[in-house]
Amino acid sequence: MIIEILKEAWRSLRANKLRSLLTTLGVIIGVAAVIVMMAISAGTEAAISESIYSLGSNLIFISSTFSRVGPGERPQNTGGLVYDDVAAIREKIKGVAGVTVDQQASVTVRRGDVTLDGVTLLGTTADYPVVRGLSIASGRYFTNTEVERAQKVAVLGKTIAEKLFGDEDPIGQAITVNKTQLTVIGVLAEKGLVAGTDFDQIIYTPIKVVFQKFTPSQFARFMGDRVRQITVAVEPNANIDQVVEQITLLLVNRHNVSADSPDFNIRTQADIIKARESTTATFRNLLIWVASVSLLVGGIGIMNIMLVSVTERTREIGLRQAVGATPEDIQIQFLTEALVLSLLGGIIGIGVGIAGSYLFGMLSGMRTVIVPYAIGISFTSAALVGILFGYLPARRAANLDPIVALRYE
Amino acid sequence: MSQETIIIRTENLKKVYGAGEAQVVALDDITLTIRQGEFVAIMGPSGSGKSTLLNILACLDRPTEGRYFLDGIEVSHYSRRDLALIRGRKIGMVFQSYNLLPRLTALENVLLPVFYRRDQRLSADEARKRALAVLESVGLGDRVHHYPNQLSGGQQQRVAIARALINDPALILADEPTGNLDSHASQEILTLLQRLHQQERTIVLVTHDPDVAARTERILLIRDGHLISDQSNGRGHPLTTTHPSDQLTEPTTEAHHDH
Repeated sequence: MIIEILKEAWRSLRANKLRSLLTTLGVIIGVAAVIVMMAISAGTEAAISESIYSLGSNLIFISSTFSRVGPGERPQNTGGLVYDDVAAIREKIKGVAGVTVDQQASVTVRRGDVTLDGVTLLGTTADYPVVRGLSIASGRYFTNTEVERAQKVAVLGKTIAEKLFGDEDPIGQAITVNKTQLTVIGVLAEKGLVAGTDFDQIIYTPIKVVFQKFTPSQFARFMGDRVRQITVAVEPNANIDQVVEQITLLLVNRHNVSADSPDFNIRTQADIIKARESTTATFRNLLIWVASVSLLVGGIGIMNIMLVSVTERTREIGLRQAVGATPEDIQIQFLTEALVLSLLGGIIGIGVGIAGSYLFGMLSGMRTVIVPYAIGISFTSAALVGILFGYLPARRAANLDPIVALRYE
Repeated sequence: MSQETIIIRTENLKKVYGAGEAQVVALDDITLTIRQGEFVAIMGPSGSGKSTLLNILACLDRPTEGRYFLDGIEVSHYSRRDLALIRGRKIGMVFQSYNLLPRLTALENVLLPVFYRRDQRLSADEARKRALAVLESVGLGDRVHHYPNQLSGGQQQRVAIARALINDPALILADEPTGNLDSHASQEILTLLQRLHQQERTIVLVTHDPDVAARTERILLIRDGHLISDQSNGRGHPLTTTHPSDQLTEPTTEAHHDH
């Protein structure tokens, strides 16, 4: 019986192929839009969380919050994180795998005939490889003693090492950075591009070297011993929330500020991802609304064409009633037709949506991830649209008086 | 008349359209009995109420007053749904304009009433066999997969008759079955109806054509909503209201064999 009804619906839709296809267009677009939107936002979310976790795992970011100043006012030279906070966190907090702070400068590097402009020189503390998940290919990273003494040493990213030294062993060799000579003590293993930074293109040096030699004097005077951000890596089995709490307490005491309005901001990776996700969620919800409107319009299109179909087939309805079709039979027939129409649109829309997601991802370079539940949701909404908007036409067909319908011209 | 089962029994049927001042009485006080195997024509000028009577007999409409028993069941107060079910089970309808669905083949058109049947449903296979047999019996065994637009008017009407027969109805109602056909095709259809009559089918047809009515064995004449005459035809009772067609001797002879 159900198969018969479906066959019947299919037959009448096939009788008007172009019209049926055009009618389903609204549903196709709506469903495809839902799937593409979900794919884009899921892809964006995945890219964000991946880029945040690719910095290293179990990280806590502490940044200075300077008190806001009005235009023309001199920034207040108080508050915020200071360089010594790094050592304090390292020594006093349990469960910390590494603490680092960095300061970068753009420099020109020379070695023999090779001159490289615009190279990033990154001043760090000794824990930097631990925190960022970098490993040493040869030689070693500098120690905290070397950092404190501002020893003129350098560790090279893999690409920089190749550019400057080619096949030679760089360890123990000297490079000239701006006017300062640094001795190469290590080369890092390949890390690649992470969150927009190519770790292989960087020269690493003790942060105090950067402070002393490569920081513009005005900036240095303003900053003093203050730093903008400290990154803490937590040991894998430590409770990250507890560590955050202890660091907060420590810094509040050290800076002598109230816990309610600290001069720093402390966030975990999870916090950042959550904040980013709430942004993409807003974006996604907006797009889903747009897609829903499209589905609604599609539904109205189906209703419209079904009403036309009922009018066109008035005699057929009369005949069916004359040979024994009850009002429910007629209603089910037209409802099925609307449902088949909308589900057809749903299926095509899912295909278009998946293809569109891939295509969009390829063309825009944005990551797209097909979300299975988006397919479920859009298919279900297509079905609901069919039933909802098919109801009125089906009802109208069922209520036709067979005598009038049989005489309809 | 005979001891045959009563197929149609109406008692004081009245049908009124509209209300108050604008009220129109379409049928008034129609009482009649039609028995199993009868071949009856309902005649009358247009506006006489014969279509209204046919609609009520076909269970497409309900009387305002009075009672209608179809095959022993009182259907006067049936709901739309129950009327639809009784139509499917007891009545086979044949229309002037055939009313075949253009998207369906002859076979599929014939199978349509089976689709809506609720009780004693045939399996798809049985239904198909039966439909093929019925189409064969109306002489369209070689046209079963043709679409209506590939068939002549007479052939289309024969498909419609096959469709009326598929559920083995107690009553066949034909509304001007030859109205759209040329005389040759009309003769074919009437001969077919007469053959069904010989097979003990109960047939009621509405017509305004005396030649058509002459092929039946009983003529009911309706005028202004009243049943004004009920006469036997071709059974030794001469008729004053119709012109017997003497040239159609063969079918008339067939009619004599009845009962």
